[in-house]
Amino acid sequence: MNEVSTNRPKSLYEKRQPVYPQKIDGPFRRLKWAIMAVTLTIYYVTPWLRWDRGPYAPNQAVLVDIANRRFYFGPLEIWPHEFYYVAGLLIMAGIGLFLVTSAVGRAWCGYACPQTVWTDVFQHIERFIEGDRNAQIKLASAPWGAEKLSKRGLKYALFLLVSLATGGAWIFYFADAPTLFRQFLAGEASPVAYSTVAILTATTFIFGGFMREQVCIYMCPWPRIQTAMMDEKSLLVTYKDWRGEPRGKGRRTANLSDLGLGDCIDCNQCVAVCPTGIDIRDGPQIGCITCALCIDACDRVMAKIGRPRGLIDYATLEDCAVEKGGGQAKPLFKAIMRPRTIAYALIWSSVGLAMLFALGNRTRLDISAQQQRNPVYVQLSNGDVRNSYTVKLRNMQTRPREMEVSLAGLPNAVMWRDTQTREQASQSLRVTVPPDALAKLPIFVVAPGGGQATHTFELTVRSTDGEGETDTTEAIFERPKS
Amino acid sequence: MADKKRIDEPTGTETVGHEWDGIEELNTPLPRWWLWSLYATIVWGIAYTIAYPAWPMISEATAGVLNWSSRDQLNKEMAEVGARKAPILRAIANTPVERLQGNPELYQAALEGGRAAFRVNCVQCHGSGAAGSKGYPNLNDDDWLWGGDVRAIHYSIEHGIRNPEHEATRMSQMPAFGRDGLLQPSEIDELTAYVRAISRQVPATASARRGAALYQTNCAACHGADAKGTRALGAPDLTDAIWLYGGDAASIRKSISDARYGVMPRWGEKLDTATVNMLAVYVHSLGGGEEEKVQTPHAPAAGGK
Repeated sequence: MNEVSTNRPKSLYEKRQPVYPQKIDGPFRRLKWAIMAVTLTIYYVTPWLRWDRGPYAPNQAVLVDIANRRFYFGPLEIWPHEFYYVAGLLIMAGIGLFLVTSAVGRAWCGYACPQTVWTDVFQHIERFIEGDRNAQIKLASAPWGAEKLSKRGLKYALFLLVSLATGGAWIFYFADAPTLFRQFLAGEASPVAYSTVAILTATTFIFGGFMREQVCIYMCPWPRIQTAMMDEKSLLVTYKDWRGEPRGKGRRTANLSDLGLGDCIDCNQCVAVCPTGIDIRDGPQIGCITCALCIDACDRVMAKIGRPRGLIDYATLEDCAVEKGGGQAKPLFKAIMRPRTIAYALIWSSVGLAMLFALGNRTRLDISAQQQRNPVYVQLSNGDVRNSYTVKLRNMQTRPREMEVSLAGLPNAVMWRDTQTREQASQSLRVTVPPDALAKLPIFVVAPGGGQATHTFELTVRSTDGEGETDTTEAIFERPKS
Repeated sequence: MADKKRIDEPTGTETVGHEWDGIEELNTPLPRWWLWSLYATIVWGIAYTIAYPAWPMISEATAGVLNWSSRDQLNKEMAEVGARKAPILRAIANTPVERLQGNPELYQAALEGGRAAFRVNCVQCHGSGAAGSKGYPNLNDDDWLWGGDVRAIHYSIEHGIRNPEHEATRMSQMPAFGRDGLLQPSEIDELTAYVRAISRQVPATASARRGAALYQTNCAACHGADAKGTRALGAPDLTDAIWLYGGDAASIRKSISDARYGVMPRWGEKLDTATVNMLAVYVHSLGGGEEEKVQTPHAPAAGGK
């Protein structure tokens, strides 16, 4: 395959070899079914879950409200300035992938990756319409006729339906799902909703229906990164060549060692069931997403010919070397519990704990003050000096909140807000901040004229609704230099 | 360079016939789509120079058959903005200035309009933050020469300060006591000491006590017996901490000797009614605005958030 041809012009382009994976059943296939059910359920059901947040906030459990710059996740509401929580989640997702990769190899690729899950769905549809592997191969080489046209038409129609459902479900994370669903059907949703659905429908249709394993092999960076992260202690789907070789066709009747043959009967079942169309017996390769369907296939054959299971099995390279030498491989638990995975697990959980801690301690109100610096100060007729500030009060709860802003650290100072007069000035102001909103409060602060030219003081907000949350900010009071 | 065109075997493409130390160049033609896009851009370019202003001539460029110009476009857009703003400007113009506060929507619009108009018309003297400078009043403070309620401010803006050729203008003139020989330099010194004492800048001295008598004779008529000023005459309060021309001895001496004569144009003739209203509301909002002494019936003040 790889020999360099010197006299024949050789194309640099390799045509895709079509893959017609055969139906298989076994423990790993059933695990794949279960994971598919869980992941698809999460994807389709999540936007429809409700969460009561009272009258001032949306009641969708998971909502990325881009228009209003809020992210709702169950009881949590993330404001844009708290985006580091999302960053933390992404860090956890990244380290989680490292953890999974170092523990069980490319499990993400084999079971949970959307590309794998949807390709699996599409391949099942294909088998349902066109029949199993052999029927598919036959149909592919058959001339175009009524049967082929109708089967292909039906298949692509179903692909398109699944794609539409996939793209369609995505938009519900970004708006109230029932409302958007109605609007979408009535043709009243925003153009961005339709274009998002159109794009995701197209990508699902193309990636899941046609490109399939090519996405993993040629487009996805993750297999490359994973390859760099794996070592001789990572779990791989491995063909145990020392047991299988030399291969011999046909059913074994005599004693194998007498014939000088290995356990592999070259039945090609492992190749037939492979969703990416590789031959695992060629060794570890980038095309292997470790979905373990070949293990299921080989185990069945081994059972039929009366040989022990696990000619193809999850194993680490280290174990392989041990087994090859006739030793006993480490138990699975020991293979997983090693310094590297433990370190990843510790990092992962400490990021999670730190986030939980921060979430538990975050205040849901916030004050900041900005001095109006044009002019910096105003000399008043009685000798006092006035400064102006814009105080911003953030109410991050989904209900209106009573707050009290008070000043401290500026002797004999009083303040009043724009809707008041100087006669109403005092040391504190009471404000009602609307739910889930930022209130801008222009305030005037007056203090006696004699004193430091630059005086730092504190503005404190305290919720007066019984929760007693407070936040403090520093501000600067300036006077003419005397 | 030998001229040896040949077919390159691995690619099946002709070479251009150049060869450098065994390295040859393939004669790969430009893709058709690329050429067609090039021709399309050429056609587009020609059409564009015909349709739009393009070719420089002696005095100006060719106008283009669409007769488009960026100035026209700007005018059109400005006209659109003007048309959009017209109803609210009309409403602001037709509402008496003291009633604008009662209408939150109009008030907010007037405030923002006033802020914009202030930046165009007023900042040259009063400064961009309305903090003024020597001779130009600070509009943020609580000291007003001619009155600080919104109607008084409106009147000052509309009719100007000391426009002798204008009937309704705010008018007053302080005598130049020193320059015109009304007071002796020593008397001016005594008055200066007195004014510095009543504004509590320095303790009262014998000189200041002599100045008190001079004050009652020469100054009290306008500045008041208690030196708190008279707004009807634009005579400033001499006891407070705010000094338009400076409160130090030299500045006060100069003010008494030469008198001051601060002027402001009558904006009522330069700006439309709505703008003057908006400016009055804006200046009133800067922190020193006063309530009217005689209450006119209007809704309580409503402020923005």
